[in-house]
Amino acid sequence: MATAGENLDTRVHYLNANYGIKSWLLTTDHKRIAILYLASITLFFLVGGIAAVLIRLHLIEPNGAIFEPGTYNKLFSMHGIIMVFFFMIPSIPAVFGNFLIPMMIGARDLAFPKLNLLSWYVFILGGFLTLYAVIGGGVDTGWTFYTPLSTTYVNTNVLSAALGVFVSGFSSILTGLNFVVTIHKMRAPGMTWFRMPLFLWAMYATSIIQILGTPVVAITLVLVAVERLFHVGIFDPAVGGDPILFQHLFWFYSHPAVYIMILPSMGVVSELIACFAKKRIFGYSFVAFSSVAIAVVSFLVWGHHMFVSGQSIYAGIIFSALSFLVAIPSAIKVFNWTATLYKGSISYQAPMLYALGFIGLFTMGGLTGLFLATLATDTHLHDTYFVVGHFHYIMVGGAVMGYLGALHFWWPKITGRLYPDGWARLAAAIIFIGFNLTFFPQYMVGYLGMPRRYAIYPPKFQVLNVMSSAGASILAVGYAIPLVYLIWSMRYGPVAGPNPWGAKGLEWETPSPPPTENFEQTPVVTEEAYAYGAKEVEVG
Amino acid sequence: MADSHAASALAHQFEDLDQQHEAASLGMWVFLATEVMFFGGLFAGYAIYRNLYLPGFAAGSHMLNVTIGALNTAVLICSSLTMALAVRAAQMGKRNLLVTFLMLTIALGLAFVIIKLTLEWRHDYVEGLAPGLNFLYAQLDAKSVELFFCFYFMMTGVHALHMVVGVGVLGVLLVQAWKGRFGPQRYNAVETAGLYWHFVDIVWIFLFPLLYLIGGRY
Amino acid sequence: MQAHVVPKKTYFIVFGLLLAMTALTTGMAYVDLGQWNTVVALVIACCKATLVVLFFMHLRWSPRLMRVVLLSALLWLAILISLTTTDFFSRDWTPIPEGWESSQLCLPSLPGNLLHRR
Repeated sequence: MATAGENLDTRVHYLNANYGIKSWLLTTDHKRIAILYLASITLFFLVGGIAAVLIRLHLIEPNGAIFEPGTYNKLFSMHGIIMVFFFMIPSIPAVFGNFLIPMMIGARDLAFPKLNLLSWYVFILGGFLTLYAVIGGGVDTGWTFYTPLSTTYVNTNVLSAALGVFVSGFSSILTGLNFVVTIHKMRAPGMTWFRMPLFLWAMYATSIIQILGTPVVAITLVLVAVERLFHVGIFDPAVGGDPILFQHLFWFYSHPAVYIMILPSMGVVSELIACFAKKRIFGYSFVAFSSVAIAVVSFLVWGHHMFVSGQSIYAGIIFSALSFLVAIPSAIKVFNWTATLYKGSISYQAPMLYALGFIGLFTMGGLTGLFLATLATDTHLHDTYFVVGHFHYIMVGGAVMGYLGALHFWWPKITGRLYPDGWARLAAAIIFIGFNLTFFPQYMVGYLGMPRRYAIYPPKFQVLNVMSSAGASILAVGYAIPLVYLIWSMRYGPVAGPNPWGAKGLEWETPSPPPTENFEQTPVVTEEAYAYGAKEVEVG
Repeated sequence: MADSHAASALAHQFEDLDQQHEAASLGMWVFLATEVMFFGGLFAGYAIYRNLYLPGFAAGSHMLNVTIGALNTAVLICSSLTMALAVRAAQMGKRNLLVTFLMLTIALGLAFVIIKLTLEWRHDYVEGLAPGLNFLYAQLDAKSVELFFCFYFMMTGVHALHMVVGVGVLGVLLVQAWKGRFGPQRYNAVETAGLYWHFVDIVWIFLFPLLYLIGGRY
Repeated sequence: MQAHVVPKKTYFIVFGLLLAMTALTTGMAYVDLGQWNTVVALVIACCKATLVVLFFMHLRWSPRLMRVVLLSALLWLAILISLTTTDFFSRDWTPIPEGWESSQLCLPSLPGNLLHRR
């Protein structure tokens, strides 16, 4: 691969502007903070991933191959808690939101750089507390902490796990707050709302959810902690408390939370599709508004997690209807991306493979959500592996693919290096195959009646479970490969120029890696987003 | 002199002081939105249980001292006035006035917390109305009364915690104000702290009738 | 930077109104209005809050965006409370079958747990 001719060692950029651990741990540069987050969430992904591997190994045998049921309960709980709160929720916002938002709007940094650093420290503190819960014996309530199990009936590390999640929630809130203020107040001259890249619309919508939803789960976990510590009965039926109130308060956040996990990936996919089809996103304003619509409507559907909990059927009907409604903006996005591909000039580098994989897998996951939104079918599918398949198609097949696509797309910008695209495409293919082999059988086995969160299962489900575990091993290989070549590229990869993909966007108009202040001068924006097909300007 | 003061007041990520001021205000309002939802979870739980167990909640409410509650409400309203006047003093560059009003606000905030701790909570604990620690009420509606007191202590407790944090922040600002750090070009910190303080006051404005005046006192 | 300085008089008038309304809401509690007591108390509280927001928190002179932020938060709180209430409100619209305690589906409750103090 030809180098861009510039010497990375002589030019000053954000990576070499300061040296030493203090310059990283006390940085207020949004790009460095993004890297701090990148390292942290990769570590948490590994921990959560190990739990997943152990779960799948255990489920090879109908009677459970390895663990006691109590230990198994701890494994899926910890897998859920760590993956949801310490990987999925921060992933794209904290890494790519932090790195890209100022660059995409033409600013020097976020609105509140010190708050940004604080959010990382809060995240790490929450992580330590949760890891303490993991190491100190585990927690076995599921990531959902349902009462009265979590408040009264278990003696596992509920308190430290709940505290860890509570603390990390503030990281999420501070990040969202920073993004909202930045996008409102710090756009470069000429960067109107409708000239913003769709990634920014997605991040804005995500931030709204983070701001309005996270505090509710925070106070709910405090109530759980109080009930455990003081033996009072806020959710305890024995004193007139209602466990379903806990579920209402919990899911009020946790449903929108899943949109925190998927919206940023959708934003990424918009960027990737536009770049690798060399075409404007079809229906830009529809895609932009659909992001906000998803954020708003996501707060109206939480009861669909509670259809069989004892919630009133009439409330269930309302929530079911609203849940169908929330599928529409997501569908609008899929249609618009597909229309963008039509007659586009398509190239199949690794980021594009991840984007295409996202569209297919997210659609499948989303469609299965409709079975779960329907009261009648959910009665049979609730708490089965069908649900597990559904949300993994969206979170792994969707969000994680989007995350990997983002990682591969912006890696040259972040590190100034190119990675070997052949290996990247191979890894993407392995991930796609491994993913489907892991999770498609889960739809089937769930539909056939296998419950989730059970350490044992009837022998008739074994074949499908073994298939799923086999798929998981392939998926693990697929995830390991990028770890190798991306780290390799940091040292030995060819030097990347400012715009290796020929993409549109302000972030591609600065050198790779960018200088600490992002831009020599504040840019002035005169063209629409995704002005592909316009005269190509040589950026050097 | 004013220019160098202004130049150092501008953080590097902003283009001008106006943008910085607007960003600071918007940031605090967004944070207050998160606080609305944080307290909101408690208000939601309270609303549900109050509807389910109104007699018990009323019985519990009657055991609270309305006079002290009303007094504390007045204390907080005074502190909001002094806070607003403090912001005004900062805007006008009047250092001594700013310091005075910040001290008054802190004093009133501390008064609120001390009244709450000594005259109310301690009294409730001694009387056997503290769930989980010392709850001795044993009549027929004991369970719903206990639920009421759970919410009473949670809501006033979380509120008091916010007050203490507010007092701490104001203390820091007091030191900075005394050193002459604030002026017409540089008062964002005082104004945003003021927004937070007024919000905490507003929460109490709702807590007072919802906790102390359930079912009337006739 | 243009600072909007509010006249002291405005603050003192608002202060007086707030104290007066506190006295009012306390006094109204001693008047028997049945279930309207709650409504009156909440209305007064909303008035007080509005005064604090508009004048002490300067929302009257702030950009529209801040108003949107505040109203959104209140709307979201309303969503939380109202949709949750629909559940509790409509629970007994579905009648519970007679004699459910003795049905075969109802197992005796499992004994003991490690934390429950009762």
